[in-house]
Amino acid sequence: MSKERIKIAEELFDIMPAEYQDLVKRATYGNEQRGWKDIGNAKELIEEHSLCAGCPESMAFRYILASLPNPEDTVMVGSTGCTSLVFPHVAVHNIHSLFGNQNAVASGLKRALTVRFPDRHKDVVVLAGDGATVDIGLDMTLQAWFRQEKFTTICFDNELYANTGGQESGLMQKGFVAKMAPVGKTFEKVRLPEIARESGCHYVVNCTVSKPNLIEKVIKNAVNIAREIGPTYLQLYTPCILEIGKNSMEGLQEMRDSEKPTERFAYKEYVSEPAKELLAELAAKEKERKAEAKRQLASQTVTV
Amino acid sequence: MTTSYRVMPGPEHFLPPSAASMGVRLPDPGQGHIHGSIVSEEEALEEAARQFLSAKVPTIFPGPLVLWAWNDKAAKKAKAIRHLYETIKECVDSSCQQAMLIPMPDYRPKYPKINPEIEINPNHPNLTIWHNKIDACMFVGVHCHQANLSLKIIRGGTNCYTIAMCAQAGHEDAMLSVRDATADKIIRLADWVKKLKGSVTPPVKH
Repeated sequence: MSKERIKIAEELFDIMPAEYQDLVKRATYGNEQRGWKDIGNAKELIEEHSLCAGCPESMAFRYILASLPNPEDTVMVGSTGCTSLVFPHVAVHNIHSLFGNQNAVASGLKRALTVRFPDRHKDVVVLAGDGATVDIGLDMTLQAWFRQEKFTTICFDNELYANTGGQESGLMQKGFVAKMAPVGKTFEKVRLPEIARESGCHYVVNCTVSKPNLIEKVIKNAVNIAREIGPTYLQLYTPCILEIGKNSMEGLQEMRDSEKPTERFAYKEYVSEPAKELLAELAAKEKERKAEAKRQLASQTVTV
Repeated sequence: MTTSYRVMPGPEHFLPPSAASMGVRLPDPGQGHIHGSIVSEEEALEEAARQFLSAKVPTIFPGPLVLWAWNDKAAKKAKAIRHLYETIKECVDSSCQQAMLIPMPDYRPKYPKINPEIEINPNHPNLTIWHNKIDACMFVGVHCHQANLSLKIIRGGTNCYTIAMCAQAGHEDAMLSVRDATADKIIRLADWVKKLKGSVTPPVKH
């Protein structure tokens, strides 16, 4: 897929439902500067979703899709869980894998895309819940990192199996009592960000999705680093408001409370040395682009 | 293998058998099938034109393979489909017939539901058929597995006559199918519609 292929046949344009016409005319495909601020202005790559009202995961989904640097050349790999309810509505190529298999599927996919399209950036982004990433799919997750597969793994961490009624997961915090885990978690939350770092990930972030500009930054960093250097991992807190006894309007506050400095989702970031160099290079290019845009604007103003 | 089974307009029943399982076979290159009987391609095109001309709501359902301009071939086919639609519109009796061109833009089920006036979805194609009272339709540019799904649902729950203009090997589950569809073949069908104009009895006026 490329931007040139996202075109409706001229003769049949008028019969296409309006949302497809809008997607072609007003979406942000091909716009390198796209970001979360396009939400509400440009045609979004996800508008409707079938998640619960007020679900923080739906916010996270929107921010991520708005922040992908290259959506027309990105394939997302999902897994079983609440995320799989959203993928059918997403205007980005995506694959639903078996529960836990997502990083293995993404490995093969990324390699195949690299062979098939040697001259083009093809990004692969895994998006799965904590059950798929840390419990059922931990083997596949780690092996992909050990092999230095060049794609991004995003874990929507809601700290339990929300979709099936609230069973205990490895990322659940110690002592938490869930509907289907009445005894309470007896051991600590698995420290996957640290494991990711030790397993060879070049960029690791642990945070909530309360701040869209932060999410935009980490998504762009993660995808760019994965594209050039090696695996990256983002662990994003997307609490299940139903399973922790909150109301629809309380998801944002829950995330804010959980990202305080002493809390488990206080912002943590690890960047490897090669990744640091790449980010510095990209920042310099961005600075140059902005300066150039400013110069052009100034010259236009003088002309006027 | 011969079979007495005929792929006829339904409603057959809730879960109609796949025509292949009943012994209906696909046509070879240069052939088509009508109700499961192998005929020449020209014969199939002629019969498809007759079906369009005798239906109250003859409809074309273009799918993603022609709705999107993936390549020049797809764009050419889209042009040919538009030509066919305009030809049908021109050749039917507008006082009792209404030609339609309704896209199948997506295979994904839509929430909360599709708008049957403007699109068709392979997971419940019957909604669009019922809503618009479509009695003859042609699938073109729809991936085979989705076309098979739709054709079976339509045969199961509606009395619509189905035609498959397939770019591959044809469809047993359609009442009439042509294989190896190209833009030229679609234009040949339009030529048949023009040629038969006036010679086919239009539906009874109400």
